[in-house]
Amino acid sequence: MDWTLVVYALAGLGGLGVLMGVILAIASVKLAVEVDPREERIRNVLPGANCGACGYAGCDGYAAAVARGEASLNSCTVGGPDVTAQIGEIMGQEVSTEEPPVAVLICRGGKVNAADRFEYSGTYNCRQAALLLGGPKACIYGCIGMGHCVGVCPVNAITMAADDLPDIDGYKCVGCGACVRECPKNVLKLIPRPKLVYLACASHDRGKAVKQVCKVGCIGCGLCAKNCPTGALTMIDNLPVMDFEKCIDCGICVHKCPTRSFVDRAKGRPKAVINPKCDGCQACIKACPFKAIEGEAGIQHRVLSAKCIGCGECRKVCPVGAIDTVGALGHAARAA
Amino acid sequence: MKLGPAQIFIGAFLINNVLLFRFLGLCPFFGVSTAVSTAVGMSAAVMFVMLLASWVTWILFNAVLAPLGIVFLRTAVFILVIASLVQFVEMFLKKYVRVLYSSMGIFLPLITTNCAILGVTFLNIDYQFNLLQSTVFAVGSGLGFGLVIILFAAIRERLEYAPVSDSFKGYPIAFVAASLVSLAFYGFTGLFGVSL
Repeated sequence: MDWTLVVYALAGLGGLGVLMGVILAIASVKLAVEVDPREERIRNVLPGANCGACGYAGCDGYAAAVARGEASLNSCTVGGPDVTAQIGEIMGQEVSTEEPPVAVLICRGGKVNAADRFEYSGTYNCRQAALLLGGPKACIYGCIGMGHCVGVCPVNAITMAADDLPDIDGYKCVGCGACVRECPKNVLKLIPRPKLVYLACASHDRGKAVKQVCKVGCIGCGLCAKNCPTGALTMIDNLPVMDFEKCIDCGICVHKCPTRSFVDRAKGRPKAVINPKCDGCQACIKACPFKAIEGEAGIQHRVLSAKCIGCGECRKVCPVGAIDTVGALGHAARAA
Repeated sequence: MKLGPAQIFIGAFLINNVLLFRFLGLCPFFGVSTAVSTAVGMSAAVMFVMLLASWVTWILFNAVLAPLGIVFLRTAVFILVIASLVQFVEMFLKKYVRVLYSSMGIFLPLITTNCAILGVTFLNIDYQFNLLQSTVFAVGSGLGFGLVIILFAAIRERLEYAPVSDSFKGYPIAFVAASLVSLAFYGFTGLFGVSL
């Protein structure tokens, strides 16, 4: 038997294997690419859901973009303020832990309040129904109410309420905007999380037309805009458009609206209370948008708590500081 | 018959196409031919590696394996060399040619031991090509691979919207389409009197 062949084979293949191994080993050291160590640390604090809500392809992409300084530090809506703070620590930057927005439904025309134009018997899905003459709702702007958004919400914050309108749990909502993008009628909207008041109607029709199709639709009367103390509401195309920068969440629009088209997210509102410092100047009586204060000149005034909504307008005008808004913790500070 | 570079190129590119005639590299052919953009990236990587692998294996075979009389080890040796080569090239690109790496980076490791690559290097040896002929053959095969996979990706993009019956949706109709494309390529047989 010719053993030289075996030796050659072993030496050839073995030698080649060793050679390749050595080359690769050297190459891995010489050609090592310095990856920003922060990138890996950021990746570790991210939730790893790869939801894409930050606008990058997964958590890896976002971590790399942050490390390169291209992405803002608070784009991870799933991780929230905790993750933002940790990323800020890694990057050595001060971060604004601004809360993510919250999704709200800007339609209150459930099956009780808003009529249907025709009987729809197709697939029970908003997007499919919207293709057929814009859906069965008589109001073409309104929520179709078949719950497409329920399925697209990644955090299960949306459930269908009894009147066939989606009910969004503000605590669960992370403000990713998936439902907003998927809604075929554009009746879901992201608003700043601390905001309490928003208009829940999307109809640009005139008052009469709205009245015919929906009991709670905005008729475009403009009362809210007239009564807004900060000028945050402007009537555009038969709907009041809210400037969230100016709005102080006083709630006057909510109570002035004849159709109750505004939604107040506040769990409770304070009441105004007048203390004995009051010198009876009647300034507050004139300022109150709801005629909730009465009293003679020179005598301490009285608040009709049934009418008071706690907007704080009276407090602003009182020259002697005799008015407090009490109850509903947190609102007293806000009104100041 | 002595083959000139042009004949080898046409033979590898159209007539004996690596995908449709030799049925090598069918895995990426069906795997990444769902969209034209990924098909382009894949075929670029295949062309690149095919050429490099042809050179390295040709030199290795003629300088080491043949003189030592251990040509029977070529399968093992070629796989080893091609795998290491691709690994090395990937590191090199990552370090120095970042643009190229990000455009075909993911596809490189996928084709390390692709049978189209290995097949072409074997054919270079079997046809007893010299280095120039091997180069032409590898370039022709690589371009042929690219042509067919991009062509086929375009067909599959249209198939997505075609009214295909449920039982044929997806891979079954893709295979039927592939066989039709293959038949069409048989029309090139004997083109310019080339038979390889």
